[in-house]
Amino acid sequence: MDLLQLVAVILDSTIRLSIPLICAAMAGLWSERAGVVDIGLEGKMLIAAFASAVAAFVTGSAWIGLGTGILAALALALVHGFAAITWRGNQIVSGVAINMLAAGLTVILGNAWYGQGGRTPSLEGPARFGEITLPFARWAHENVPGLGLIYDEVVSGHGAPAYLALLCVIVTAFVLKRTRFGLRIRAVGENPAAVDTAGISVAGLRYGAVAICGLLCGIGGTYLAVAQSAGFLPHMTAGRGFIALAAVIFANWRPWPALGACLLFGLLDAVAIRLQGVTLPGIGLVPVEAIQALPYLMTIVLLAGFIGKATPPRASGLPYVKER
Amino acid sequence: MSAAPVELPHWADVALVPLVSVIAALLVAGLVVVGIGENPLEATALLLRGALGSAEGIGFTLYYATNFIFTGLAVAVAFHAGLFNIGGEGQATVAGIAMAIVCLALSMLPGFLAAPFAILGAAAGGALWAFIPGWLQAKRGSHVVITTIMLNFVAATLIVYLLREIIGKPGSMQPETPDFPAQAVLTPMHQWLAPLGIDLPSTPLNTAFLLALMALAAVWLLIWRTRLGYAIRTVGANPRAAAYAGISPAAVTMIAMAISGALAGGLAVNEALGVQHRLVLDFTAGYGFVGIAVALMGRGHPAGVGLAALLFGVLYQGGAELSFDKPAITRDMVVVIGGVLVLFAGALDGLFRRLVAGVIGRWGAG
Repeated sequence: MDLLQLVAVILDSTIRLSIPLICAAMAGLWSERAGVVDIGLEGKMLIAAFASAVAAFVTGSAWIGLGTGILAALALALVHGFAAITWRGNQIVSGVAINMLAAGLTVILGNAWYGQGGRTPSLEGPARFGEITLPFARWAHENVPGLGLIYDEVVSGHGAPAYLALLCVIVTAFVLKRTRFGLRIRAVGENPAAVDTAGISVAGLRYGAVAICGLLCGIGGTYLAVAQSAGFLPHMTAGRGFIALAAVIFANWRPWPALGACLLFGLLDAVAIRLQGVTLPGIGLVPVEAIQALPYLMTIVLLAGFIGKATPPRASGLPYVKER
Repeated sequence: MSAAPVELPHWADVALVPLVSVIAALLVAGLVVVGIGENPLEATALLLRGALGSAEGIGFTLYYATNFIFTGLAVAVAFHAGLFNIGGEGQATVAGIAMAIVCLALSMLPGFLAAPFAILGAAAGGALWAFIPGWLQAKRGSHVVITTIMLNFVAATLIVYLLREIIGKPGSMQPETPDFPAQAVLTPMHQWLAPLGIDLPSTPLNTAFLLALMALAAVWLLIWRTRLGYAIRTVGANPRAAAYAGISPAAVTMIAMAISGALAGGLAVNEALGVQHRLVLDFTAGYGFVGIAVALMGRGHPAGVGLAALLFGVLYQGGAELSFDKPAITRDMVVVIGGVLVLFAGALDGLFRRLVAGVIGRWGAG
């Protein structure tokens, strides 16, 4: 395989591995920018993956699967909102609860319904998101040297939720930065009292952000089960929700850098898979675990302020009490 | 909705509110059982009979409870210092690694030394893995929740690497260490009690259970009867006031986290030293997360933690028996109940206090 081809293959799997991270990172961004800490991204993606696989199998439509996945994640997001916003409960505790709930429920229901150890039956045909070939991909591959190959292999040929996820980044960046709603979301995460004084509902804004968070987790989970794989596997999110959280911290709670961090973590993962059992000259056998642990280690180092500084929204994690 | 905290009598606060959230969590679990087409009453009967209906069942129940006592206490101690340690899984993993290294390195030690050294190794490993986030929070201001999450994953990749490359059993396809030396292994309870004329069926219940009971007593003494415990509670209640009173919140944060991690190491002692007699991958099996539910339900008090651990022991053992009879109801039901409990007893605490206050108020009026 020549070098360009190799680069294209690695970049292609980078995109595939990044999509769920990107969705979850944008989800976390919305919630945390509004001041609601969310460590339940993992659980929401997991329940969405399960619900979307079940719905896609039953109806034979990947799009109905997507809708169901979003609804499932939205339901858990509202549970989080109810605990964190209405009852001012501990947001971390609530996130832990959501992760446990999703991990248990998906296995129990999957096992009870299909009896395959928690897996759902495999999805075929229209029940899965097929690969979309972008216009001119074949033509560019043959006629444009270099870039054409990259366009065909890397940019083209992903499932619909992948393009949806990239669209979500653009929308998130635009809405948070340029619209009145986005400004208010950011304000409620920094200084809810000021928002309240201006006569805007703190709870309403936060519920809105939490709901958007659920929607995005729903897309991410659906991508995992209905586009990347052909069905649901127990614990298939495998810590991606937490990696996404790391990406949000890495990006200092900003959308475009978060996209970059997700792509970086996806690249690390893709490289780790490629390097499995490969001996590099001068280094020897690369321990794949070392590369897999990198995002977590990098986050710890960043949070400790050894390289740069992570500053979360000022009011994040604090329930808003009007009378204080 | 008023922001004023609901006033409750003390007995209601420590007993009634957790009880109501347990009942509510079990009701939710019952709904899930109905949802998969089984009878919840029948399932409950099977579960209780499996957990408490025989000496063997009780042995297994107490063995599971041992794990939950350790992980529950770990979360509880950190809680008293105002810290939320969700790194129990990672701390127990590193504790297991440290213990395995001690066991394999000191295989020549006589019996009465090997086990204590192994246990100390576990405590040190867990303490170290918890001290790191404690230090990072105290000195660098990075939040302990995020760092413990990240360190859970680092520990999970570390054990895979070590079992595969460094301390793994040569030639084994399983990621596991060679068997620990026989003199380091903890005695199973049935062997231990046999010379006293007490005949018990063979269960994984071992001496670690006694260690767990001692840990319960020790934590009670630590938190309510020592200067350090007072410092921990003061920092937990109000770090600024603690600093004004001459207590260093930074030092207390690091010490409390280290103690918490050492307690989480007890999980490795029970599982690896007490039952499997070697270190295997994924021996923590989510016990660290259930410890959060145990600590929340037990209100951070050792007596409550003991009771909550017993409840989860019943659910685990009963759940295992239940899944033999009803394959549709897997042991993951315990994870669901744990999740609902964490939600009800932890995050929705305000709602449940209000409900209880409402009921008490009506009684008082009527």
